Amino acid sequence: MAETMESCFPHADEVQKYEQTSSAFPSGEESLSPASVDLSVNLAGMIMKNPVVVASGTFGFGREYGQFYDLSELGGICVKGLTLHPREGNPSPRIAETPMGILNSVGLQNPGVDSFIQMELPFLRQYNLKVIANISGNTPEEYGIMCEKLDQAGVDMIEVNISCPNVKAGGLAYGTQPKLAAEVTRIAKDHAGQTPVMVKLSPNVTDVTEIAKAVADMGADALSLINTLRGMRIDVNSRRPILKMNTGGLSGPAVLPVAVRMVWETAQAVQLPILGMGGVSTGEDAAQMMLAGATAVAVGTACFVDPYAPLHVRDGLSQVAIEQGLIHISKLTGGIRPW
Amino acid sequence: MKVERHCKIVRKDWLNRDTVYMVMEAGDMVRTSWRGPGQFIHIKCGDGVLLRRPISICSCSCDTPEDLVSIVFEARGAGTQWLIHRRVGDELDILGLLGNGFQIDKACRYLLVGGGIGVPPIRGCAQYTQHNQRGKSTAIVGFRSKERAILLNHLEEECVKVLPATDDGSLGYHGYVDELVRHELEQDGDYDAILACGPKPMLKNVAEAAAQFGIPCQVSMEERMGCGVGACLVCACNMADGSRKHVCKAGPVFDAKEVDWNG
Repeated sequence: MAETMESCFPHADEVQKYEQTSSAFPSGEESLSPASVDLSVNLAGMIMKNPVVVASGTFGFGREYGQFYDLSELGGICVKGLTLHPREGNPSPRIAETPMGILNSVGLQNPGVDSFIQMELPFLRQYNLKVIANISGNTPEEYGIMCEKLDQAGVDMIEVNISCPNVKAGGLAYGTQPKLAAEVTRIAKDHAGQTPVMVKLSPNVTDVTEIAKAVADMGADALSLINTLRGMRIDVNSRRPILKMNTGGLSGPAVLPVAVRMVWETAQAVQLPILGMGGVSTGEDAAQMMLAGATAVAVGTACFVDPYAPLHVRDGLSQVAIEQGLIHISKLTGGIRPW
Repeated sequence: MKVERHCKIVRKDWLNRDTVYMVMEAGDMVRTSWRGPGQFIHIKCGDGVLLRRPISICSCSCDTPEDLVSIVFEARGAGTQWLIHRRVGDELDILGLLGNGFQIDKACRYLLVGGGIGVPPIRGCAQYTQHNQRGKSTAIVGFRSKERAILLNHLEEECVKVLPATDDGSLGYHGYVDELVRHELEQDGDYDAILACGPKPMLKNVAEAAAQFGIPCQVSMEERMGCGVGACLVCACNMADGSRKHVCKAGPVFDAKEVDWNG
């Protein structure tokens, strides 16, 4: 299918306005095919073959969805949130469906960081994808111990979850107070060796950029956002919340606009690369995230609906690139033209 | 490898006002992922609801040109409401077959116990055990009322004996199935195991009866589910040893002794 640029993209002159710095803009004689789009991105020095990662807590350690397709198709995996010791998680029900979203209160059920390193990491290493270890600590010291272990085990990146539900300082404290967020970041960086540290930000704050700046100042290599939004659903007849923990974290398509806004605000406030997530289900959703400032995107809740969602997002991004005449998908990052 | 498959509805029968028996062509789904009666499929129910709906399999077979999967379900919420209005010829987006079924030995004799919409997988057990060496199974099935009773014709054909119970006494025994279970076990203790599916309070009582008579019991548990394949970890079931197992991946069928019935 040989189409000229003009026919691929009806507003070629418009593209040139925001593609001025791009040397990738193809000449009008060439056409693009999916194979000619370079999907690779560089997230804080970690090169991924495509910008699509699966979000922590939605993909386990890859074993389940690995029965549907080759995990090497993914750019990377943020593994199920790890803690220093195994955790059984919260009582059921742990999930409630909401308009175009879900509330969950899994409660960081995981086999512990040592078991991950022994049992799960070797499994993931059979595949060509980046392994990002997501960690939550009860104390700053626990973050440090886990970072040391994971650095030695050779994960590609550590994602520090600072909005875990069971911390010494209480509730979402690490993720909502700049000082505590900074302290956890400093300790993680001190113990992670050469492994890049990405801090996962909570949306349950008045100003996400305050936290972003605080962790950037402490040397975080990247940011990921957003974590889930706290929410609640009540069964009107029983007058009970659906979730046994009463409240939970909202994710899914419903949160996409909030996530895009927060990625945009954060991208303007700090220089760090961003892994954007929250409701991404299609290539267009991912393109929004990237235009808002994300270097890469994570697909989460969409996996529950469609196990192949991460691959569809990747192919959809490729299609966006073709339609816009982009050879490098990374050229989307920060390409928003705000009014 | 597991797959997501578009399955064509080839037959649909209304069993009562809001319960449907639906048969689908499912490619090689049964050949490649069948483990025993009691498994489920995870169905995308239109664009109005986000999550798939897990539905127990009532019957399935390796067939030509395609395997056949039958489900029986009730319209309860927005998802199953959408599903119940699909027509013959429509295609459904399905993940399956998922979970572990009942562990059934062809040499054994079973007492099958079902309650309400827990009866369809029990019917699957009846079908599967109808040629067992020690004879067909016995089924004890409970419903709210006569109008709600389903699958009795199938069970009567595939079981040696069917004992219905209703909450209002409009059909069979007036009372709960666990009372019938105890009565049956007093008359005839020669069952190798009980296989049960239904509401948790019913399963608890049946498990107690089984323990009392010293008969092994397998139960099919239900929890609110997300992914259906073991990745999201939401459908946690409390186990007697204090651990939590996931209904979609470790279950839905568990040994009754494994389950924490007070949790």
